[in-house]
Amino acid sequence: MLVTDKKPIEELLGALEGATKVFIVGCQGCPEGWETGGPQEVADLAAKLTKKGKEVVGTAMIDFLCNKALVGMRLTRHLDALKAADAVLVSSCGIGVQATAAMVDKPTHPALNTISSAGFQGLWPSSERCQQCGDCVLSYTAGICPVTTCAKSLLNGSCGGSHQKTCEVEANRPCGWYLIYERLKEQGRLDNLKKLPIFRDFKKMDVPLKQRSTIRWALEVQEE
Amino acid sequence: MSRLQEALEAGKFVVTGEIGPPKGIDTHEMTEEMEHLRGKVIAVNVTDIQSAVMRLGSLIVCEHLVREGIEPVFQLTCRDRNRLALQTELISAAWVGIENVLALTGDHQVLGDHKGAKGVFDLDSVSLLHTITSLMNGKDLAGNALQGAPKFFPGAVVAPGLEPVEPQLIKMERKIAAGARFFQTQAVYDPRQMEVFMKEAEKFKVPVLAGIVLLKNVGMAKFMNANVAGVFVPDNIMKEMADCPKKKLKAKSAEIGGRLVREMKHMCQGIHLMPLGWTDIVPDVLGHAGLA
Repeated sequence: MLVTDKKPIEELLGALEGATKVFIVGCQGCPEGWETGGPQEVADLAAKLTKKGKEVVGTAMIDFLCNKALVGMRLTRHLDALKAADAVLVSSCGIGVQATAAMVDKPTHPALNTISSAGFQGLWPSSERCQQCGDCVLSYTAGICPVTTCAKSLLNGSCGGSHQKTCEVEANRPCGWYLIYERLKEQGRLDNLKKLPIFRDFKKMDVPLKQRSTIRWALEVQEE
Repeated sequence: MSRLQEALEAGKFVVTGEIGPPKGIDTHEMTEEMEHLRGKVIAVNVTDIQSAVMRLGSLIVCEHLVREGIEPVFQLTCRDRNRLALQTELISAAWVGIENVLALTGDHQVLGDHKGAKGVFDLDSVSLLHTITSLMNGKDLAGNALQGAPKFFPGAVVAPGLEPVEPQLIKMERKIAAGARFFQTQAVYDPRQMEVFMKEAEKFKVPVLAGIVLLKNVGMAKFMNANVAGVFVPDNIMKEMADCPKKKLKAKSAEIGGRLVREMKHMCQGIHLMPLGWTDIVPDVLGHAGLA
C-alpha cells in the first residue's frame, strides 16, 4: 500500500486560487485503506472547501486511480460536473493525480503528498510514475511530474539540454519540462513556473513517525 | 569587488575567456592556454568536470589562477555534489579570493565518460544561485550563521538557440530572482538568433555575454549541429570552414570568431570566448573584432 499524507488546507487553497468550482476525485485503493482519500475523507474535504467558499460541483470515487483507462471511463459519468469545474482536486497518490490530469482538460491538483514506500508504484499504472518525494508539486506542473519525467529530476524548469521537445539524454526521450510547459501553456497557467518550490527536502521521503506509529503501519509493513 | 563585476557595473564591454583543466596532472598545455589569455581577457572561466568527463578540478585551478594574478570565473555544477559539498566548495572558493561564480546544473552523466555514475542534482542552477545569495547574506542553507560571510559575483548561463525559447526566458527570470548578476550564453553562430533573443532578454537589465566557441574544422561544426542542444552553425560558416585549406584553419577560425564578435557586440554587454584549446588565436579574434 502506498503511504499518503493530507496536504494542509492552506496549501490546497493556495493551489486552488482563482478557481471557484471544484470537482473532487477520490481513490478507493491505497488512500482509502490509509484513511487519506476514501469516501469519508472526500466528504470531509468537500465540507472544508465549501466552508472556505468553494463550490464543490461533484465528487467521484474510483477504485484504482492509478489506472488511466479506468479513470477516463469512470469520469465520463461526471462529464457535466467536470465541464462546470474550474479545477479538479485528486485525493490519491501522485500516479492517480497524473492519470486524472491526463484524462481531464482542467487544472488538476493533488490533495495528498505521497511518501516513500521503497519504490512501489501503485497497482496498475501505465506511463505515470511517482517517486514518493513526499512533497507533491503536481499542482504547479499541470499534473505532469518533473521528478520522474525529467532525467535530472529538476524542480526549477528545463535545463540547457532541452531542445525541440527532447531531453539531452536520449534522442527519443521527451523533455519532461517541455511537456509541463506545453500543458501549462494550453491551460493559460504559465505563471505557475514562477511559483515552483526552489528546493527539494529529501527528508520528506521518509514516512514520519506519526504514520509509523499506527496499527495500520504495523499491519502493512512490519514482518510478523 | 572582482574586475569583471566592476567593469560590467560600470557599463564597460567585456571579453572573457575559458580554459578546460586536463584529465591528469600534466598541466603544461593548460598553463600555455592561461598565458595566451593573460591580459587579453578580463577573466578566465574554468570549466567544472565539463561534459561530465572526469578531469582536474575547477576550484583548485581557479585558486591557481588567483595566485598567478589572473581573475577566474569559477564554474560550479550540481551534478556531482550535494548541497553540503557545494556550500563547502563555495566558501572555500571565497577564502582563496575567488569571487566570480558561474552556477550551472551540469550535463547529465550519461553524456560523459562515466555513464554509470550517480547523478546528484540535489540542487540545480536556480537553487545553487539561491544558495550563493544565502551564503553572501551570512547564512547557510539550513539557516545557520556563518563565521564570516563570503563575497561573490554570481553568474548563470542561458541558451538563445534552444527551441522553444520561452521556457529559457522564464528560467532566466528565476535565475535573476535567485541572484544571477550576469549571464554567459551557449555558443551563438547566427547573429540574428542573438538579436531575436536579446529583444526578449533586454527587459531584465542584466548584462549578457554572448558565447562563441572557436570552430576548429567543419567536422566540429557538424558535430555541434547534430549533438549540442541549441547550437546552430549556419551554412555560410560551414562552407567557409569546408573550403578552407587545413593549414589556414586557425586563421579562418579567428576571422569567423572576430566577425561574429563584431556583428554581435552592439547587441550585448560582452563576449565569452570558448577557444577549446585554441587560446593562441584569441588575440587575432580580438584583432578582427576591432577590440585589440
